[in-house]
Amino acid sequence: MAELSAAAAPKQARPPKQARPKGAAFDPWFKMCCAASATLILSALTGVMITLAFAGWPAFSKFGLSFFTSTEWNPVTDVYGGAGPIVGTLLTAAAALILALPLAFATAVFLTEFCPRSLRRPIGVAVELLAGIPSIVYGIWGLFVFAPLFAKWVEIPLMSWAPPGSIWETLFSGIPNGSGLLTASIIVAMMILPFIAATLRELLLSVPARVRESAYGVGCTSLEVVWSVTLPYVRRGAIGAIMLGLGRALGETMAVTFVIGNSHDFPHGLFDGGSTIASTIANEFAEATSDMHVAALAALGLVLFLMTFIILTVARLLIGAQKNV
Amino acid sequence: MFARRTRRSVASAAFMVFCTASTMLAMVVLIAILGSLVYNGIGGVNLDVFTKDTPATGSIGGLRNAIVGSILMCAWAMAGAVAVGVLAGTWLSEYAGDSRLGSLVRLLNDVLLSAPSILVGLFVYQIAVKPLHGFSGFAGALALAILAVPVVTRTTEDVLKLQSRQLRESGAALGTPMWTTIRSILWKAAGGGIITGILLAFARISGETAPLLFTALNNQFFELNMLKPMASLPAVIFNFALSAYDDWRRLAWVGSLLIAFAVLAINILVRTLSREKRRP
Amino acid sequence: MSKTLAVALAATLLAGATTVQAAVTISGAGATAPAPVYTKWAEAYKAKTGVQLNYQGIGSGGGIKQIEAKTVDFGASDKNLPIADLNAHGLLQFPTVIVGITPVVNLPGVGPGQIHLTGPVLADIYLGEIRRWADPRIQQLNPGLRLPNLPITVVHRSDGSGTTYLYTSYLSEVSPSWKGKVGASDSVQWPTGQGGKGNDGVAAFVRQTPGSVGYVEYAYAKNNGLAYAAVADHDGAFVEPDENSFKAAAAHAAWSPSNGFAPSLLNQPGAGAWPIAGATYILIYKEQTSANGGQVLRFFNWAYQDGDGLATNLAYVPLPASVKEMVRRAWTTEVKFGGKPAL
Repeated sequence: MAELSAAAAPKQARPPKQARPKGAAFDPWFKMCCAASATLILSALTGVMITLAFAGWPAFSKFGLSFFTSTEWNPVTDVYGGAGPIVGTLLTAAAALILALPLAFATAVFLTEFCPRSLRRPIGVAVELLAGIPSIVYGIWGLFVFAPLFAKWVEIPLMSWAPPGSIWETLFSGIPNGSGLLTASIIVAMMILPFIAATLRELLLSVPARVRESAYGVGCTSLEVVWSVTLPYVRRGAIGAIMLGLGRALGETMAVTFVIGNSHDFPHGLFDGGSTIASTIANEFAEATSDMHVAALAALGLVLFLMTFIILTVARLLIGAQKNV
Repeated sequence: MFARRTRRSVASAAFMVFCTASTMLAMVVLIAILGSLVYNGIGGVNLDVFTKDTPATGSIGGLRNAIVGSILMCAWAMAGAVAVGVLAGTWLSEYAGDSRLGSLVRLLNDVLLSAPSILVGLFVYQIAVKPLHGFSGFAGALALAILAVPVVTRTTEDVLKLQSRQLRESGAALGTPMWTTIRSILWKAAGGGIITGILLAFARISGETAPLLFTALNNQFFELNMLKPMASLPAVIFNFALSAYDDWRRLAWVGSLLIAFAVLAINILVRTLSREKRRP
Repeated sequence: MSKTLAVALAATLLAGATTVQAAVTISGAGATAPAPVYTKWAEAYKAKTGVQLNYQGIGSGGGIKQIEAKTVDFGASDKNLPIADLNAHGLLQFPTVIVGITPVVNLPGVGPGQIHLTGPVLADIYLGEIRRWADPRIQQLNPGLRLPNLPITVVHRSDGSGTTYLYTSYLSEVSPSWKGKVGASDSVQWPTGQGGKGNDGVAAFVRQTPGSVGYVEYAYAKNNGLAYAAVADHDGAFVEPDENSFKAAAAHAAWSPSNGFAPSLLNQPGAGAWPIAGATYILIYKEQTSANGGQVLRFFNWAYQDGDGLATNLAYVPLPASVKEMVRRAWTTEVKFGGKPAL
């Protein structure tokens, strides 16, 4: 018995060497490389945030809450209040979204419901091309083509028509050369329209055919199908897409810098100039000499970053639950 | 009864008109922009644009240094972005799965994707320009790379996720190590999609201006040395467009024409590639 | 296809990586006011010597900031730094050309030099107190001119600018209310108006906006056909901006290295002296850490010798010969590389 077990024991004590594939030793290294790349992304983002926070801290600690409420941007006395750019950013983004959203929604619906089959792909491609045009091209087009036309056909007639001293005169006051907050909003609306339209179109296409067909089947008109059946189906994803568009509008730099008029005050009339955080940084960073000026610009950058971060996170959570868009 | 039905039909018809009109408006904007580019820029497109450098006022010149600078910085940026992006996308798709860390990285990747590019420029100024006491093409390339990585990561992850389980299982069944499975099977199968992502990222960064303003500055002369300030098409357009000289403004239009059509060509190429992929 | 892409990519990268540049390159950044003449000089200098001087106009404030951060070889600014700051940073400041800042207007039927303005009136316009062109205060200065009842659109600089510094310094000198409410600096809190980027941006805005007024360096006004204004000088006579009136402004100036070669040229007494003139300056470190400093000085030495013609073509006024000599002496005594004079 003992000899038998002794003969059997060596086999059990030393299990057979497991055959490993050739090159498997590299596996953990490869996994680490991949993980390191992912970590690089993490660190890039946190790096941006930390740099901005660090550089902007002096401005926050000196001005406190007045940084967000005062429009006094005075490099002579080194007093900085970011209310002008912050309000300008929010106004242009909101106005752009209000202008673009109905049109984007309508375009997406057109492409999925009404468009003749043969035209669907070309027009879809055209919409995506519009989304691909770089921001600086929009800026240069806006400044040289759109702004003079806007001034000639909209601003100057309205400004000359307004009876002096009336509420219309204040409403239509501003700079008569086509630049200003309204023009910037329109240009940004043109930029985010194709983006939201393309995303909405993908969402609408994801609705199962039987859902739409059953609605048509009970006699709904196209408007009722879209409004009451399809849209609620993709509601969460749609809101996510809208917020992505909003996030993009907040950070738009070049198109806005060209046409916004660069003034740090609140706008008093429809055609007044203003500024956004991005345009302020683009204009002033290269030559901000005093440390407090740099800190104020970095503080504005941090505000923009946090705004974008919050909106994009909410959008991601909304879309992520619905579909991987 | 009929009145309500008519009202509904009329409303629906009006809605259809509105949708058609919106789409037409978008088309009109596209044609207007492309048309302005061609109208204002095509007159200035000649051989000088590609053979001469940016001129001082009143001199004859072209955009050679800006075109070459843009290509160089984008090439370096893409080299870095592809290395990091493909690996990160692979990690997200193969190793991270649905873990908390994976979701976090995905979220932050998307934030970086839509982050304002000017903030990235500020960040690179603080870490690569100020400490090293000089504007450089490498700083510009770094800023562009940071903007390109999220696009590549996202498309790589999406495309790898689309590959069927059987592919991975076949690799495991043959006894290949994981990284060989990924490299020889998955990446090869998803190759078209990954290239699409790379091209999209390239199209995106070739038009970016704001991050280059504080990193690569600009250069009046032809420069191949990446350690020095470099000209780039977007920066030159930015400077020339806002100038008051007609010859500079004309060059700004020509530059815009070149960028817009390059980006459009890449987008069309991408669509053709992905369409070919879909047809088995 | 991916192989060809890879090869193309590698080739492009190698092209950028091999630093085969035999040419010397130096970089400078700063004021937009003299940018046309610096880039013109750089072009001619490269043709002559092969040295590439890359100048970028990012605004005087940018020039000061970048030279302090040592990211460029020299900075350029229309705003002169006080001698205390220069010594604290170890910088040498020297002038290159004389610039004149001129108000420009866009009014139908008004050509260059036709409209007359005074300093106090300009200050009131920029304070937002005079709102329309038909205001009696402007009309009384221009009896022969029919001014339309357009609202005045004020255009100023949106970036930090030495041009702004000169202009606001002038307004502070002639208008106590401007001095009290706004002050003089390269970047101020403008009571009203729209901001343009660089001299170019202001010129472009004025060109596009009827009823607007802006201020630009004279070269920008002349080369764009803008309607510049004739401004009252120290004695009240109306002077037009041109090389002669700028020269007259500089005639009595006391140039000296002890104030950084920065006398005030504003509102100078003397017949026909343009009231808003100033010099534009270069900032360079006294202790050089590379041969680039010497190259910069060699460039400006050439500009002093041979660049006058190019400068006058672009409507800049060269310095008097005596001042050039003083500056040359400062170069040899002050700027050192490794203990020896850099030049």
